[in-house]
Amino acid sequence: MLTGAATNVACALIGCFLVLRRMSMMGDALSHAVLPGLVVAFLISGSTGILPLFLGAAVVGLLTTFLTQSLHQYARVPSDASMGVVFTTMFAIGVVLVKKYVSGLHFDIACVYEGSLELVPFADTIAGLPRPLFTTLIVLIVNLAVLIVLWKEFKISSFDGNLATTMGFSSTAIHYLLMTLVAVTAVASFEAVGSILVVAMLIVPAATAHLLCDRLAVMVAISAGVGIAASILGYWAAYYFDTNIAGMMTVAVGVLYALAVLFSPRYGICSTLVRNFQMSLRVFREDLLAMLYRVEELDASKSLTATEARIALGSGWLARLAISNLIRAGGIGKEGDQLQLTVQGRSDARQLVRSHRLWETYLVEHLGMPLDHVHEPANRIEHFIDEKLRQELDAELEEKSQDPHGREIPE
Amino acid sequence: MIGLSLLLGLSLSNKVMIGTAMLGGMAGVVGSFAVLRGRSLVGDMLAHAALPGIGLAFLIMGSRSMLGLSIGALASGLLAIATVTVIVRWTRTKEDAAIGIVLSTFFGFGVVLLSIVQKPEIGGNKAGLDSYLFGEPGNMLTGDLYVLAVVGTLVLLAVGLLFKEFKLVCFDTDFAQSQGWPTLQLDLLMMASLALVTIVGLPIVGVILMAAMIILPAATARFWTNRLHLMLLLAAAFGVAAGPLGTYLGRGLPAGASIVLTAASFFVLSVLFAPRRGVVAKIVSEYQLRRRISHEHLLRSLYELSESELPTIPRLPLLSIHEHRHWNSLEKLLNLEVEAGTIERSEQTVKLTPLGLRRATELTKAHRLWEMYLVQFAGIAPDHVDRDADDIEHLLPESLVLQLEQQLANEGRLPLLIPEVPLSLHDLGTEKPSRES
Amino acid sequence: MPATAFEVHDMTVAYHRRPVLWDIDFTLPEGKLVGIVGPNGAGKTTLIKAALGLVPLASGKVEIYGKSYAEQRHMVGYVPQRESVDWDFPVTVRDVVLMGTYGKLGWFRRPGRAEREVADRCLEQVGMTALANRQIRQLSGGQQQRVFLARALAQDAQVYFFDEPFSGVDAATEAAIVKLLQSLRASGKTVLLVHHDIQTVREYFDYVILLNMRLIACGPVDTTFTNENLQKTYGGRLTILDEAAEAMRQREPNR
Repeated sequence: MLTGAATNVACALIGCFLVLRRMSMMGDALSHAVLPGLVVAFLISGSTGILPLFLGAAVVGLLTTFLTQSLHQYARVPSDASMGVVFTTMFAIGVVLVKKYVSGLHFDIACVYEGSLELVPFADTIAGLPRPLFTTLIVLIVNLAVLIVLWKEFKISSFDGNLATTMGFSSTAIHYLLMTLVAVTAVASFEAVGSILVVAMLIVPAATAHLLCDRLAVMVAISAGVGIAASILGYWAAYYFDTNIAGMMTVAVGVLYALAVLFSPRYGICSTLVRNFQMSLRVFREDLLAMLYRVEELDASKSLTATEARIALGSGWLARLAISNLIRAGGIGKEGDQLQLTVQGRSDARQLVRSHRLWETYLVEHLGMPLDHVHEPANRIEHFIDEKLRQELDAELEEKSQDPHGREIPE
Repeated sequence: MIGLSLLLGLSLSNKVMIGTAMLGGMAGVVGSFAVLRGRSLVGDMLAHAALPGIGLAFLIMGSRSMLGLSIGALASGLLAIATVTVIVRWTRTKEDAAIGIVLSTFFGFGVVLLSIVQKPEIGGNKAGLDSYLFGEPGNMLTGDLYVLAVVGTLVLLAVGLLFKEFKLVCFDTDFAQSQGWPTLQLDLLMMASLALVTIVGLPIVGVILMAAMIILPAATARFWTNRLHLMLLLAAAFGVAAGPLGTYLGRGLPAGASIVLTAASFFVLSVLFAPRRGVVAKIVSEYQLRRRISHEHLLRSLYELSESELPTIPRLPLLSIHEHRHWNSLEKLLNLEVEAGTIERSEQTVKLTPLGLRRATELTKAHRLWEMYLVQFAGIAPDHVDRDADDIEHLLPESLVLQLEQQLANEGRLPLLIPEVPLSLHDLGTEKPSRES
Repeated sequence: MPATAFEVHDMTVAYHRRPVLWDIDFTLPEGKLVGIVGPNGAGKTTLIKAALGLVPLASGKVEIYGKSYAEQRHMVGYVPQRESVDWDFPVTVRDVVLMGTYGKLGWFRRPGRAEREVADRCLEQVGMTALANRQIRQLSGGQQQRVFLARALAQDAQVYFFDEPFSGVDAATEAAIVKLLQSLRASGKTVLLVHHDIQTVREYFDYVILLNMRLIACGPVDTTFTNENLQKTYGGRLTILDEAAEAMRQREPNR
């Protein structure tokens, strides 16, 4: 589980930049493309030592990035297709090499795919730590160090590559560095967690964090947190259901993302729906207030019945809700079936009607719109005009007291 | 159909050949649309996302039948597409990340399901389930061939009937919509055929390499043609060839990988050697272009040096040419011109032949007209691609050319053709390099 | 009094709930060349796209010869901005022009000899016959624009919408396009055209629509294209309109 957590955090850190640079699929591509690099490194060095593996990964990572870019630039292959061509071919080469020259537990393709934390050979230890944990920790530290040292460079080149280049931080260099980090991280995680978890951990925590916050530093931190949470949840769930750990961690992180999609305070679907609902409720309430005000304006003794108001608002349960809501909030009082504005309600309504008539005047006077075309737009905009805007409008209109229809603009 | 029923009697290796060929063919066709539409990686996503569907289908049915598993795979593939659409539409997550998210989490879930399926308590014949991950053409059954054939027919039928519509939507969606075509539905249909092909291909080449089968033949075909229908045919042909050839060449190796490597070598060969788009062709045409430019520079310089003494053609000292402008390899250039018959030279001097003078005059005139045009109308024509000076007379309206010529003449800089040199430019037989850049 | 070719009624268009066009309302008679003029970000392209149903309307409606766009689609021709398509797409010049006939062809039918003749005639009209079999990438900017023009001609429409046909085009092409527009007008078509160059408005157009997030003016060039109106159009955005749009965007939840 520690190994999983370390991997996840390492991935989640650099994943933020992949996602922000809209190169998420490069993570997928690299984590597959490093396979031949691994095999060749293994064949040449004859061991599964850490250094040759990292070197192999770095070389292949750079090669993949380079090939993808050149195919796109010089042979005019669309960028996504060139990515697809390069990484699948690399992977196929890797598969063939494995079959041909390597056999044994370390390079079981199934492991590469699915990962099998269960099989992590804990007997094999370096510096008192199990080997995979050791490697992933190294990668984690490297990633963290690079991020801290090159924080502002990464930040600016992810935001605006051309600007970064003109300021002297070659965004190409940063791009290649990032890709190397991704490749190395992918390799470190390979034997422990499998490539698919790497892909998931590169992309999903970062995307989750992006839904939850707006600042890069916070995003990186949340992303790492999501990585850790996913590893704990996944480990526990896999233990509980007795299945594949890496797979379960992937599922866990997917669930976390889904939760963020649904419930993120600012960008979540639920909060959007709630806000939509609140908005339409407010529109109904304000329409009701304005309506009562207009009725009063015409004839101070008159008022509407609840039924009339409901029909005028377009019936429906929202209208009903708006009425009861207003009564409870003290905006209107109800005597028998008659609705009456309270003092508070009247002053609110006055502001609304003022917004409405200011806007109508503005449309006619400044935009030259014909009289019969201004009511509708004013009706829509009145809910969005706040005190500041009202003052500006008022100033712009030189404190007119009548709207174009000849009605008074209330103070 | 009679042909198909013959398949029943085929040996295993023949079945593999036919199956992989059919798969390659249809992957090439649907892949072409995916690549042109910028959706190359959707195939990759579909392949990964099919896994949980396969696992569930197996859990429900308890046996491996290609049809059942394929339906499960298709269902989860379509769910994946829907999920991506929802994510892109409703959240701030961008499309690339959405694809990555769906790909990895679906696949992770699939791995979990498979590891449950693999437990001994769960019965049923699990042989062949693994092939969905890595691809094993050898496991193909005759029934699988039928499925392939049906899917292939469906896909080809759709593309055949809706070729015009697909082409329009791929090229210019807005225009298609303004004409009233249901662009969304057509787009979905393209996606669905992509999904179908991906899913029937999974057990043959495996998850990753299925993505390759979608992209490689199409990307390869793009190098050879500029017509969509030819591209489709070629992509299908490359796909058909890659299947059996890969299986044949890669005996003893994982079949999926060797098919993909065969397709990849087609691609590499095309990148290098395709006419016009290929790297070699580009280098050649670049070289020719450079040669042509220096040829024009040389003739123009010679004209300018001779200009004051015309109509007598002076013999120019080599040194004056050296001084006129900077040359990279003047000797070589001069030798080429001698071969073309445009100059005569001695050890230290160079002289335009009548033919050379005519060509030099033409070039200089065109160049000066163009210069004048650019000076006067630069604001309007900054992005003009066809800068070839000798095109100017065809490019600009006649009245404008006459006006420019008049101006040059007024400045005394209009190169005049000498009428007693009758040779036409087009009889010269010298190379006219292609304008491809 | 000529028939009304194109009418926009109280149209508001919003991107991500932020209104970019406010309550546009105008009527255009048949057989006019109409320039749509305004600064960058004034919503000129949006106006065309909204008219063609490519972006949804927040309110209002659009009518062509008195009926909705959906019913009158066959009467409408469209030339999008040149940058809107992938010019590396594997089609030839003639293929692109043929696409103009697809609308009339309907489902499944392939373009046949009749359609090819139409396409060739349209190519001739824009002076591109010689390049009919070229791949579209090998064309200059002006030539690409002519191809789009020919495609619109092949649509054989009554009302044409052109989105910046003069951008990145050489003088010769510009002259050729103007000539073509005039011949379209002569045969009673109505042409709306997004235009950037104020200098040439008087020369090219009969009618002008001055736009800057809202309709400044719409009418015959002589009476509408006045200094006062231009000042209003290019005199910066109205800050209040901007602020109101921003308020709407913030108060309403994002998508």
